[in-house]
Amino acid sequence: MTLAELVERLDLKVFAGKAALQREVKGGYAGDLLSDVMAHSRKDDVWVTIQVHPNIVAVAVLKELASIVVAHGREPAAETIERAEAEKVPVLGTGMNVFEFVGRLHELGIKGS
Amino acid sequence: MELRRFRTDLHIHSCLSPCGELSMYPRQIVERARAAGLDIIAVSDHNAGDNAAATARAAAGTPLTVLAGMELTSEEEVHLIGLFESADGLRPVQTAVAGKLPPAPANYKFAEDQVIVSATDEVTGFHPGFLMGATALTLHELVELVHRHGGLAVAAHIDRESFSVISQLGFIPAELAFDALEVSPRMTIAEARATLGADTRFPLVSFSDAHRPEEIGRAATDFLLAEPSLAEIGKALAGADGRRIMSS
Repeated sequence: MTLAELVERLDLKVFAGKAALQREVKGGYAGDLLSDVMAHSRKDDVWVTIQVHPNIVAVAVLKELASIVVAHGREPAAETIERAEAEKVPVLGTGMNVFEFVGRLHELGIKGS
Repeated sequence: MELRRFRTDLHIHSCLSPCGELSMYPRQIVERARAAGLDIIAVSDHNAGDNAAATARAAAGTPLTVLAGMELTSEEEVHLIGLFESADGLRPVQTAVAGKLPPAPANYKFAEDQVIVSATDEVTGFHPGFLMGATALTLHELVELVHRHGGLAVAAHIDRESFSVISQLGFIPAELAFDALEVSPRMTIAEARATLGADTRFPLVSFSDAHRPEEIGRAATDFLLAEPSLAEIGKALAGADGRRIMSS
């Protein structure tokens, strides 16, 4: 599934990285401890978090993640959005909390490892 | 001016911290610190500084210097130690942070563990705030707040798997102006340096993070200073005027 389809089906907000929404999503990971996400997420994962610090963009670049989804209606910091645009990392948003949103991903066939 | 060595432990919790033992009252802290051979300490409680002045008064007339600290929790749940020359210097930061803590949940049971005491160990009150909560201030904002009020900002226990800048944010953001990074007693400075790799651009210090009297001084840092003051420690962390970190 592409990010564009995901945005459409789960009614996601696009905070940054509009140009990269054709990217394919292969799996998913959820977490707010960036050290853990760095250790365990995989390439092409959609990463669900409530962390909004600019470092989330660096983690997504480093791990070649498909996108970040900021859950529970949280707003990424302005600097996070700027960095994401510069790095072409899609940052999406949902009003759902992490638990609910991950459930919806599973329903769409996007699984963890 | 002649420089000499000061053994220093700037991360000690008093009975004000919900996780600190109730036996961590001012005279006990002062007595244990002296027995452990410390010259300078700071009480650094979670998101409050109500016992800082009492601890300094409890040390009056002894050779022990007591600075004022707080262990602040950022929005990202990173712990940051803010250090000040005195409780008066700490107060504006304490006030700013109090307004940024979430209200305590209705069933919050720990207020009775948040004990405010006098210099002679009498209980004078209980802190009603949600001291174990995270403030609504980002780590960047907290570092700036501490610096704006003349304090030193030390990233707490960077080797821990929770509440450290590295556990929460993966690595140390380039723009953060920490004055030092604290390594917990679990790890030596040399081990931390090897583990951190590129993040060793900051000076490393080691403090006890004591929650019980017997833990005071279990880790400490020796500074070469002219006198026991925060300003001198700031110079040592910056490597200025011959002041320096001797060992941890």
